[in-house]
Amino acid sequence: MNEPKLPLKERMKIDRQAMPEQDATQRSGNFLEVNLGFSEKIALLEAQRCIQCKEPKCVQGCPVMVNIPRFLGFIVEGDLPAAARSLFGDNALPAVTGRVCPQETQCEIQCVRGIKSKPVAIGYLERFVADWARAHSGVVKIEARAPTGKKVAIVGGGPAGLTAAGELVKCGHEVTVYEALHKPGGVLVYGIPEFRLPKLIVEEEVERLVQAGVKIENNVVVGRTYTLPELRAQFDAVFIANGAGLPVFMNVPGENLKGVYSANEYLTRVNLMEAYALDSDTPILRARRVAVVGGGNVAMDAVRTAKRLGAERAILVYRRSRAEMPARVEEVHHADAEGVDFENLVAPLEVIGNDKKWVTGLKCQRMELGAPDASGRRSPIPVPGSEFVLDCDAVVVAIGTRANPLLTATCPDLKRNRWGNIEVDDKGMTSIPGIFAGGDIVRGAATVILAMGDGKRSAQAIDAYLMD
Amino acid sequence: MHPITAKIQLSPNVTRLDVEARRIAEIRQPGQFVIVRRGNGAERIPLTIADADPARGTITLVIQAVGKSTRELVALEPGEAILDISGPLGHPTEMIAAGRAVCVGGGVGTAVVHPIAQGLHQRGVEVISIIGGRSREWVIFEEELRRLGQVVVCTDDGSYGRPGFVTDATRDVLEAGGVDIVYAVGPVPMMRAVADLTRPYGVRTIVSLNPVMVDGTGMCGGCRVDIGGHTKFACVDGPEFDGHLVDFDLLAERLGTYREFEQQAKTACDAGSCRVGLVRPAPTPAPQP
Repeated sequence: MNEPKLPLKERMKIDRQAMPEQDATQRSGNFLEVNLGFSEKIALLEAQRCIQCKEPKCVQGCPVMVNIPRFLGFIVEGDLPAAARSLFGDNALPAVTGRVCPQETQCEIQCVRGIKSKPVAIGYLERFVADWARAHSGVVKIEARAPTGKKVAIVGGGPAGLTAAGELVKCGHEVTVYEALHKPGGVLVYGIPEFRLPKLIVEEEVERLVQAGVKIENNVVVGRTYTLPELRAQFDAVFIANGAGLPVFMNVPGENLKGVYSANEYLTRVNLMEAYALDSDTPILRARRVAVVGGGNVAMDAVRTAKRLGAERAILVYRRSRAEMPARVEEVHHADAEGVDFENLVAPLEVIGNDKKWVTGLKCQRMELGAPDASGRRSPIPVPGSEFVLDCDAVVVAIGTRANPLLTATCPDLKRNRWGNIEVDDKGMTSIPGIFAGGDIVRGAATVILAMGDGKRSAQAIDAYLMD
Repeated sequence: MHPITAKIQLSPNVTRLDVEARRIAEIRQPGQFVIVRRGNGAERIPLTIADADPARGTITLVIQAVGKSTRELVALEPGEAILDISGPLGHPTEMIAAGRAVCVGGGVGTAVVHPIAQGLHQRGVEVISIIGGRSREWVIFEEELRRLGQVVVCTDDGSYGRPGFVTDATRDVLEAGGVDIVYAVGPVPMMRAVADLTRPYGVRTIVSLNPVMVDGTGMCGGCRVDIGGHTKFACVDGPEFDGHLVDFDLLAERLGTYREFEQQAKTACDAGSCRVGLVRPAPTPAPQP
């Protein structure tokens, strides 16, 4: 397998390899994964584009500090087991992050190859190695330290909670994850669609944790089934990672009409409850014209889902221009190729309905871009007299989520900021000793990888706290 | 897994299931509900906890078999089990500490009124239960409620108790005076009628709402209801609200969101095939996943 390494000059000549995809026309009618993954041959070629910088900047761009050149180096050497062990040692869920991370703004934007050419496809290679490991079970094992006898409760089985669980079980602690829904995974199972992240991958990752000794209790709503003080009394430490599970609505007239969904509801019905299947017990409106409001990754997921559910028109309504969209570039491209209509520089004013309270349209207003706001993005300004009605029979609101107060309301001692997010110190510990928090409940709605980074760091802090 | 320990047919389409759910049985309070998922692939459905036996670790669910999911649930027999039960969810019932309460139950809503009446009775509140059904065989929980106070039974056809609707009996009790609070649980038109009835008397009226729900934790917002012009999530802000502030029109309409799907599923269920494509009629064929 050890082929002679190409000289640097030759490696510089290799172009960035494209991700093989399912054909756009075909995929807009199914829920199968869009990206098909690199072959071993393409992966080897792409990995050789890495020039093994002495001080790799890509690693600095990664929220969980994956040693990228090291695992790419193992690919080049043809030692995939070593590549897998290296990668999994740094990142508990690489098959997930290899698919959903915004690499273009994290590791890849730092890559020196991007200066004169295109950056190394780090995300695609991460996915390649993770998928290789999935197909070769037993190569990567979670090796646990001797049992410490310490017990940790984790509230929420999403990316932050699962990552922390993996790290803590490695440290020899007894870990129990409490998940509110009937299946662990959090946003990975209810939010991100099958065509971007097959649920089988999440199930496999969870199974690996269970094999390593993590206990998972589904259907436990902390704040209702158990209170936080109860958990604190039963465990040596608690990690709160219950996410930002409260949908934000537009606060415009007509928002409670039939056919208006939060993105959370729309995606939960389709993903967690499998309403994409025609024989599903859980219904979803298969509307002819669906307007999705928002410009982030969740909006992209919702609008591409609408297309796949058979919508003649799946329309993305966003108040700024395409350049300001917070969604990943790849997702915007995919949506475009699948036939999603973009109504940019458009803001909703009102949801219009008929006498049966069904949605019939979305009254909108055109916008133009003014001066940059605090976020650095140019702020949208209404164009007077530009109101129009967009015909649609369903509206999906994907303009963000906030902290769900269900848990925090039952624990007034827990210090929160004015948005309801839990405040933590630099170790991730809350105002209550022994209770840590991370992920969206601390940050507000962010990304899977940032939540995982919190999970990893909090686990280290919890370990230090317990072993002190 | 939550094994079913007992099953009783209460009326032609209402079934009582006692189910093992130890933690919930220990801590549930009147007014709270659970989300139930019968098995893999099944819908998540909210059901109010009608009673609980902490010693045996069971909760009582009273289910009206109206659609596919509820029919499949009531088809379960003792020894079989429900896969997922999550809860107790929602806020407990707002209780008064003393005085006289009227508990109005219509149809399967009587099962929801029962734990409220229980809670009031335990606090020493005088409970008058007014319960109704189409005819005698549709009246449920009469015996249980009699243990807690006076019960007035109404039947639409006059086959049992007082002929007429529960609202007529409620009006008489209100006229007699001394009512501190009214709890009304039943079909939307009945709750609306009770709320309209009590408004001129200025008697606080609590209703329990049952909108479409998915997760039950405030995550999806599918259970939006309008309370005095403000949008609330029934799962985390309710399920009980001030009946004088509820927009019942909106509630009734939103409850019909999936009526076509439900009808299709039921028709297929009747025809013997319970796996059915729930597709809203559209000119384009739905894609095959």
